[in-house]
Amino acid sequence: MRDWNSQGRNREARLARTASLARGKRVPAADARALLEAVLEPGDRVCLEGNNQKQADFLASALASVDPAKVHGLHMVQSVLALPEHLDLFERGIATKLDFSFSGPQGGRLAKLVGDGKISIGAIHTYLELFGRYFVDLTPQVSLVAAQAADADGNLYTGPNTEDTPVIVEATAFKRGIVIAQVNELVDHVPRVDIPGGWVDFVIQSPRPHFIEPLFTRDPAQISEVQVLMAMMAIKGIYAEYEVNRLNHGIGFDTAAIELLLPTYADSLGLKGKIGRHWALNPHPALIPAIEAGFVESVHSFGSELGMEDYIRARPDVFFTGPDGSLRSNRALCQAAGHYACDLFIGSTLQVDLAGNSSTATLGRIAGFGGAPNMGADARGRRHASPSWLKAGREAGEGRNTIPRGRKLVVQMVETFREHMQPAFVERLDAWELAESAGMELPPVMIYGDDVSHILTEEGIANLLLCRTDEEREQAIRGVAGYTPVGLKRDRRMVENLRDRGVIRRPEDLGIDKRLATRDLLAARSIKDLVRASGGLYDPPKRFRNW
Amino acid sequence: MTDAATHSYYEDSARERLLGLLDPGSFREILPPSERVVSPHLRRLDTPAAFDDGVVVGKATLGGRPVLVAAQEGGFMGGAVGEVHGAKLTGLLERALDERPAGVLLLVESGGVRLHEANAGLIAVSEVMRAVLAVRAAGIPVIVLDGGQFGCFGGMGIVSRLCDAVVMSEEGRLGLSGPEVIETTMGVEEFDSRDRALVWRTVGGKHRYLLGEAAVLVEDDIAAFRAAALALLDHAPDLSLAALEAEHAALGGRLERFGDCRDALDIWARLGIAEPERLPILDTPTFLATVTDKRA
Amino acid sequence: MESLSFEYRGGRPLPSAPPVTLVGVVGSGNLEVMVEPADLGGVCRIEVLTAAVGFGPIWQAVMDDVFARHPVADVRISINDVGATPAVVSLRLDQALDAFTGGQP
Repeated sequence: MRDWNSQGRNREARLARTASLARGKRVPAADARALLEAVLEPGDRVCLEGNNQKQADFLASALASVDPAKVHGLHMVQSVLALPEHLDLFERGIATKLDFSFSGPQGGRLAKLVGDGKISIGAIHTYLELFGRYFVDLTPQVSLVAAQAADADGNLYTGPNTEDTPVIVEATAFKRGIVIAQVNELVDHVPRVDIPGGWVDFVIQSPRPHFIEPLFTRDPAQISEVQVLMAMMAIKGIYAEYEVNRLNHGIGFDTAAIELLLPTYADSLGLKGKIGRHWALNPHPALIPAIEAGFVESVHSFGSELGMEDYIRARPDVFFTGPDGSLRSNRALCQAAGHYACDLFIGSTLQVDLAGNSSTATLGRIAGFGGAPNMGADARGRRHASPSWLKAGREAGEGRNTIPRGRKLVVQMVETFREHMQPAFVERLDAWELAESAGMELPPVMIYGDDVSHILTEEGIANLLLCRTDEEREQAIRGVAGYTPVGLKRDRRMVENLRDRGVIRRPEDLGIDKRLATRDLLAARSIKDLVRASGGLYDPPKRFRNW
Repeated sequence: MTDAATHSYYEDSARERLLGLLDPGSFREILPPSERVVSPHLRRLDTPAAFDDGVVVGKATLGGRPVLVAAQEGGFMGGAVGEVHGAKLTGLLERALDERPAGVLLLVESGGVRLHEANAGLIAVSEVMRAVLAVRAAGIPVIVLDGGQFGCFGGMGIVSRLCDAVVMSEEGRLGLSGPEVIETTMGVEEFDSRDRALVWRTVGGKHRYLLGEAAVLVEDDIAAFRAAALALLDHAPDLSLAALEAEHAALGGRLERFGDCRDALDIWARLGIAEPERLPILDTPTFLATVTDKRA
Repeated sequence: MESLSFEYRGGRPLPSAPPVTLVGVVGSGNLEVMVEPADLGGVCRIEVLTAAVGFGPIWQAVMDDVFARHPVADVRISINDVGATPAVVSLRLDQALDAFTGGQP
């Protein structure tokens, strides 16, 4: 007769091997390696928690130190490769296969290990895809997660950086997997239960608090005049035009400039209460002045941001906070919100081609996607209407005999040249070459051209929704590509024609006086200004201070 | 638009600072950019030169009183002193001996000697030092303003301390070796130059004010710098031997009192300041109120 | 470094020679632009010294557009550049020429 509970029996066998190591659910840090060697079986699918912020760094180093003779051939299914240990696993033969979303700083080393045949990549995902697969065909057998605190029953308190923990633990615990948590402290009572203890098998107090990267802090001191100009264009030419109220921003200085122009420039245009009210966004320090000015009504977050804890606690009407007062973030839910409940995504990229496809892939680096593609994609499943969605849909459908439907605004905001005169517009994305050299099935495209509604550069805004042919689309892109080789090859007559039709709009067409585009327009010009705007509640990491 | 009432000194370029600081329309530049007195060395090193070699010098009035003034541009090579740059400073100071203005203002922003020009820069800085002392000896106050993004280090740090008074904002920095130099020579364990909070509490305006090296601490507002400079024009320093000996004794006493401190926080605690860790975040008026009578 | 020079004819002379104007700083990703009245027989001459080598055609295109926006005559424009992007170059030239002409067309 078929065994319908083999997974349950396998779980019991694993737990039985740990009997000498755990006291209740608690395992001493010194026994972390032994615990992993006892629990893991060769070929296991393992999720090692870590995103671009919180990292289960102690468990990562413990896993990288296991004996490859005992534990090998692991299949890592994890959001981000951020720590050297994540790749040490493959170098030591402990793991061989990888499904992930984003590799950031490890992108170069990852490409090399793939080239050396030490890593076989299943696929590079967006976050929602990878989380989705946790519940379909990539369910972890063992998950190693990070939390702030645990009580004796294994209840976990994540603090503001809940991030990916709920989705990882849910997928693992309810399929008879093993969940091991590293925590900063063991307490009698957790301030709130972010993960119920019944879903957690082992708790290890880490010798050091887990690492958190303040990834979303942008020092306003580094915002340039050109970025101020582009932010003015975004506000007047897109936010006001489409009445954008539900949105997600990228993490660059260009979008930080928009956030810092809301209380000044947008307010001067009478836009308070008319744009930028609801956000799917990490608690960006640069958003503080707009919150204080009354622009922002709500913010739901993927993760938190270091230094924002007290400010968030003092603004519970705006942020999602627990009964303990601290932020509750949730990457999976915020990604879903960003995809389905937002009318606009705006972010930067490294390269845009003539069809509007954009990519951050560069040769020799496998960077991955993270969250941008989920938010920077038209939500084809969306059914509810909003003025912004309907207007974009009307523009996209004009002159076509199709049933009325809305469109998401997906804006790529790029300066025509990046630093060192690297053009942002190219005939062919580097992604093609990367795909060929790494044997990938698809070129890694961050945002597909047919999802992009607008391209915004310092030269102007190209509204791709209004383009009717591939040729128009190409000229609209060339028409805002400035002095890049792509821009210089424009058909000047056609570009002027597109401008007459409002497909391309220059700052002067939008009634923007370029001379006003100075840093004086920023609601904060330094981190200290942000601290002051927060009434002293924002406590920036020391590397951002100049006092 | 941070605060319509103030205009940031920190954000401005050297030329913008002069416009905001001096009486409107009064500034007359000496060796303006159109004279093209540029560095003779940089071109040969395949490095772009600036038409004013990174320092603007000239005559103006401040509150109706004649002053000579120099402003270093930190954006050009970190305000570093090359041969021409240094000669412009020295020339301005020597001119003061002839013209006897009400004061000389040095808007410093400099990492010190321009390494590209090596010995020429070193000699230039020593000439500036000598000229400063000559101007002071002639009874003309030399006033330093330090509130730019690049701080004031190296030879210009020494020059600043040779002057009659230093006006700083808390953003300003004043020191001999810059943070990166200390880290490189002493190791990151000794001094982590990326720990900006550490950098500022070690060489920033508030600490310099508490130690007495900055005579005045102002907000990052060009009008506040102007007011402080104006007030200092009437400050007549006591250059008698007795006064100098007293200052030396005070410096010796300071070393004795704080020599074993590992961090500015230890010094602040020893100065009797309650909750010294709060000092960095206080705005300037609150800070000044908090440390009244507590300076070294 | 690379030295580039451009000359334009057909600009309008200014009614009176304005004072020399300087904007910008010779810092990374930035440039200084000096505009001076000069007796050049109706020509507008632009001299560029740039740390970024090999971008002559882009400078040409940027300068063509700048002259189209500000058709001045008997003007010498001198630029020291440390790898500024065309956006920054255009911005500085607009600032310098706006200040120089003081709103005169």
